[in-house]
Amino acid sequence: MQRIGVFVCWCGSNIAGTVDVHKVAEALKSEPGVVIATQYQYMCSEAGQTLIKDAIRDHKLTGIVVCSCSPRMHEATFRKTAAAAGLNPYMVEIANIREQCSWIHKDMEVGTEKAIILGRAAIAKVHLNAPLVAGESPVVKRALVIGGGIAGIQTALDIADAGFPVDIVETKPTIGGKMAQIDKTFPTLDCAACILTPKMVDAAQHDKINIYAYSEVAEVKGFVGNFSVKIKQKARMVDPVKCTGCGLCVEKCPMKKVPNEFNLGMDKRSAIYIPFAQAVPKVATIDPTACLKMKTGKCGLCATVCEAGAIDYTQQDSFIEEKYGAIVVATGYNPINLDQFDEFAYNQSPDVVTSLEFERLTNAAGPTAGTLLRPSDGKHPHTLVFVQCVGSRCDGAEKGKSYCSKICCMYTAKHAMLCREKYPDTEVYVFYIDVRTPGKNFDEFYRRAVEEYGVKYIKGMVGKVAPQADGSLLVQASDLIEGEQLKIKADMVVLAAAIEPDQSARPLATMLTASMDTNDFFTEAHPKLRPVESPTAGVFLSGCCQGPKDIPETVSQASGAAAKVIGLLVKDSLTCNPCVAHSDELMCNGCSACEKVCPYGAITYQDKEFRMPDRTTAIRRVASVNPAVCQGCGACTVACPSGAMDLNGFSNSQIMAEVDAICK
Amino acid sequence: MQEAMMRRAKELLADGTVNRVLGWQKGEFAYDHTPAVFDSADQLEQFVYDDFTAANLSKYLVKETKQEGKILAFLKPCDTYSLNQLTKEHRVNRDKVYVVGIGCEGKADVEKIKALGIDGILGIKAEGDNFVVETLYGNQTVAKTDVLAERCVVCKSRKLMTYDEILGEDGEVINSNRFDMVEKLENMTADERFAFWQNELSRCIRCNACRNVCPACTCEKCVFDNVNSGIANTAAADSFEEKMFHVIRAFHVAGRCTDCGECSRVCPQGIPLHLLNRKFIKDINELYGEYQAGEDTDSKGPLTNFTYDDCEPSIVHERGVE
Amino acid sequence: MQVEKKEFKPTIVAFCCNWCSYAGADLSGTNRLNYPANVKIIRVPCSCRVNPMFVLRAFQRGADGVIICGCHPGDCHYTTGNYYARRRMTLLFSMLDFLGIERDRTRLEWVSAAEGAKFAKTMNEFVEAVTKLGENKRLEDLRCKKQ
Repeated sequence: MQRIGVFVCWCGSNIAGTVDVHKVAEALKSEPGVVIATQYQYMCSEAGQTLIKDAIRDHKLTGIVVCSCSPRMHEATFRKTAAAAGLNPYMVEIANIREQCSWIHKDMEVGTEKAIILGRAAIAKVHLNAPLVAGESPVVKRALVIGGGIAGIQTALDIADAGFPVDIVETKPTIGGKMAQIDKTFPTLDCAACILTPKMVDAAQHDKINIYAYSEVAEVKGFVGNFSVKIKQKARMVDPVKCTGCGLCVEKCPMKKVPNEFNLGMDKRSAIYIPFAQAVPKVATIDPTACLKMKTGKCGLCATVCEAGAIDYTQQDSFIEEKYGAIVVATGYNPINLDQFDEFAYNQSPDVVTSLEFERLTNAAGPTAGTLLRPSDGKHPHTLVFVQCVGSRCDGAEKGKSYCSKICCMYTAKHAMLCREKYPDTEVYVFYIDVRTPGKNFDEFYRRAVEEYGVKYIKGMVGKVAPQADGSLLVQASDLIEGEQLKIKADMVVLAAAIEPDQSARPLATMLTASMDTNDFFTEAHPKLRPVESPTAGVFLSGCCQGPKDIPETVSQASGAAAKVIGLLVKDSLTCNPCVAHSDELMCNGCSACEKVCPYGAITYQDKEFRMPDRTTAIRRVASVNPAVCQGCGACTVACPSGAMDLNGFSNSQIMAEVDAICK
Repeated sequence: MQEAMMRRAKELLADGTVNRVLGWQKGEFAYDHTPAVFDSADQLEQFVYDDFTAANLSKYLVKETKQEGKILAFLKPCDTYSLNQLTKEHRVNRDKVYVVGIGCEGKADVEKIKALGIDGILGIKAEGDNFVVETLYGNQTVAKTDVLAERCVVCKSRKLMTYDEILGEDGEVINSNRFDMVEKLENMTADERFAFWQNELSRCIRCNACRNVCPACTCEKCVFDNVNSGIANTAAADSFEEKMFHVIRAFHVAGRCTDCGECSRVCPQGIPLHLLNRKFIKDINELYGEYQAGEDTDSKGPLTNFTYDDCEPSIVHERGVE
Repeated sequence: MQVEKKEFKPTIVAFCCNWCSYAGADLSGTNRLNYPANVKIIRVPCSCRVNPMFVLRAFQRGADGVIICGCHPGDCHYTTGNYYARRRMTLLFSMLDFLGIERDRTRLEWVSAAEGAKFAKTMNEFVEAVTKLGENKRLEDLRCKKQ
């Protein structure tokens, strides 16, 4: 028989407000095995914990039940308390009488009755608890960063600077991500390339960083401290070691009509290409869908001109397998597809552009070499209309996103300001729902756009953009403050498209068993207190894959994730969760049902010799669980017909004891 | 057939292919042949095979293949499904069995014969569409359709799934109407279904015959015998117990049951237990795609498998009658 | 003489997976979203930990309804657990229906850690449905009932 102590917490008035804690303690005192039942204002406080520790020692308790807040909140706290008093931490059970009782019931009688039943269930369970000892598993001191944008680069640099090897996997031929496409950055207006490219070079030259560009994560196995990842290196048809990045092949390539994705299709590139001058790695890549040699077998000009002999048309996708202790997701974002927003005529007129396209149109390395020209006729635009919240903050789910994309207000202010600064002859309108500028020097920046640069901010939504016969765009909008309908004849319309997580994020989340929200943003382990960790141990989040954010915020989160990774990698081993499955060999049929449902491959079989009741020996096939690999889901326990497989901490008999206590 | 089987068994014993033979021997009555292991030609004189030889032998191989040497097993099509399933679950070492597959035209249900008022049964012989039943009072001819066991009337397959050699003729998989009764029950109201099962299951005496004969129930220790399982019970003290027992038993064999019908054959109370198993099979076929346990030895069973777009349990609300 | 009729309050057992639904239940508490006190939650690591035996056991001991809550398909903390749970519970519920047990006594619902409101709503609906059915008489074990 266990000697059980019951500790009922008031949580100030959080629990005591709707649960008669004295009555609960009194009722639970008479449960079998309970030697002490008491209550205290704050069990989690220093004094409360001391009370528990003293009771464990004084009453020689073998198990304790704390009736308090959710175990998700303080189970770890009370386990530590028990351990400090010499009681095995797994002899602690929590009855959740706050979140699942006092906070949802208003009637004292109802709340008290339920709290007593929840306490009884916990007591019934703790009677069947057994001391558990946590095992240890080693940590592979290497990190994987998925995504090579500013988030991935910053995370990788920080981890590498702490002395741990890092691999970056980037699906594009170069790292750099969205920031490489941006012209200037708010609110300081320094040029994005000037601050990003040195970091790209740092990453490339860092002896601890290895970049797998033009690669994808194909498979993830394992668990925190011990992931095994298969990386697919897509065939570039160019040997990255031999290629010097001289660009001769790009120059000579006869196929020059491929839409250039780096400039969002606003100009053309050749079939063999280097995305931009500062690409890292600066290696050419053949686009097999455009290359004449790949398509027709005729040409081969690039191979002829390449002095390094780097061209290899027979190159195949290859796979690398590497072990990692931690994985950082930095898959970033994309502007949404605007096909559904017909009213803005995005698909009807080339002069209606997205903000990212506008970014390229003003970039010195862009299709117009930095001179703002109308895409349709290459003329200088005089009237520009910027539309904010295109697809952001949409009601309902029919199109667009319900969330705020966060960065649009600021980059629109930047575009408008730069436009007016460079071309004072332009008239610039910005249509907005709200202007959101909470950031250091952000509001000042926005006010400068309005006050110093004369950008015309109009609160209201654009209803329709209609291309006119003369090549202009008729913008129909409402001014909500003046309460009038506006018609503006514009030369260009710039749409601040909502941003969404990259398409690769969803399949990646499945591989990582990391959870996502309905918008496919990765969820964090705790929205406030653990913002850079995924709920899946060993998986960390960096940048826009977790939610929309600007560059400074991305970089802070990237460094935060790096700090968490470093904190993990400095450990030589991790303490395992002892609540894992185990098999009773005497009952095991060896049928493999458990093995088939185990998501971790934690179950193996071996032939073992057994002494049978009739004193003969027999060889039997029995299951055994690797406790370092098992994560304790319990799928196997139900697949097992004989009940040989059971789960520590959530055993069949424990759960049934809880059921019995509740149904009594 | 019996002669041919005995001859072949003796040959295989003599040439050392096997050292034992798993077959049937006569029981107390002419119709209750019981499974038996023979280890010599002499013993084989007790060997019996006729239209009453119904028992599925595959389960015995769990124990027998742990012994020294290879054993000869005469298996009917039904039994070969069970053997495959047991092989898949590593319960039987297939390498230690020499399977002689025997064709099957269906077995007679002695209770149905008795129900026709035939007594003093001494033997049985198939003649075309009829059985000739030898009795103390002379021969009686009965139509096969009247006295075949239920599982044979709705036979799903006469095809041997695994064998080392065949005696007689292999058959074909049959597009049977074995789910008709399940469907009939599904179309009843919940109250009618409850009344039906209350009536059937309340007769259960928890003799465990269904479990003991079931080739899918081969656990080293059954949960119902394990005092630590929390659900151990032996006596039918309350109507709930039978439901708990039969639902759990059916669930444990779901996706593994080959529908051999042994549970109903041996039930002394005549409870149509196979309907529970068939309900699972029917659900699995309809919800997760056709699956026949025992067809192969390597596929993933439906309960150790899933697809991302499986139906939700609420489908129960959308189907059948409330 | 008038017999005093006590309002029927069903006993509901809710198995909640630790990662999503239990957290969802906590959130429903944090947001003070009410649901009846007859719902008692049992924490399990994953919906795939719920053995059909537990469901039957609950009914045996006098539960009037059993609900299993887990992470949404695709979001299982253990990748695949809820997919197995979904098959198992579909078949179990179908079997109970086959035996003539009322369909509304069993339910499986996916509740994420963010869906506190959904948790409360689900529980309110479930309690209402079970209350309508009245006492579980078809699966109870009379010996386990309070006299």
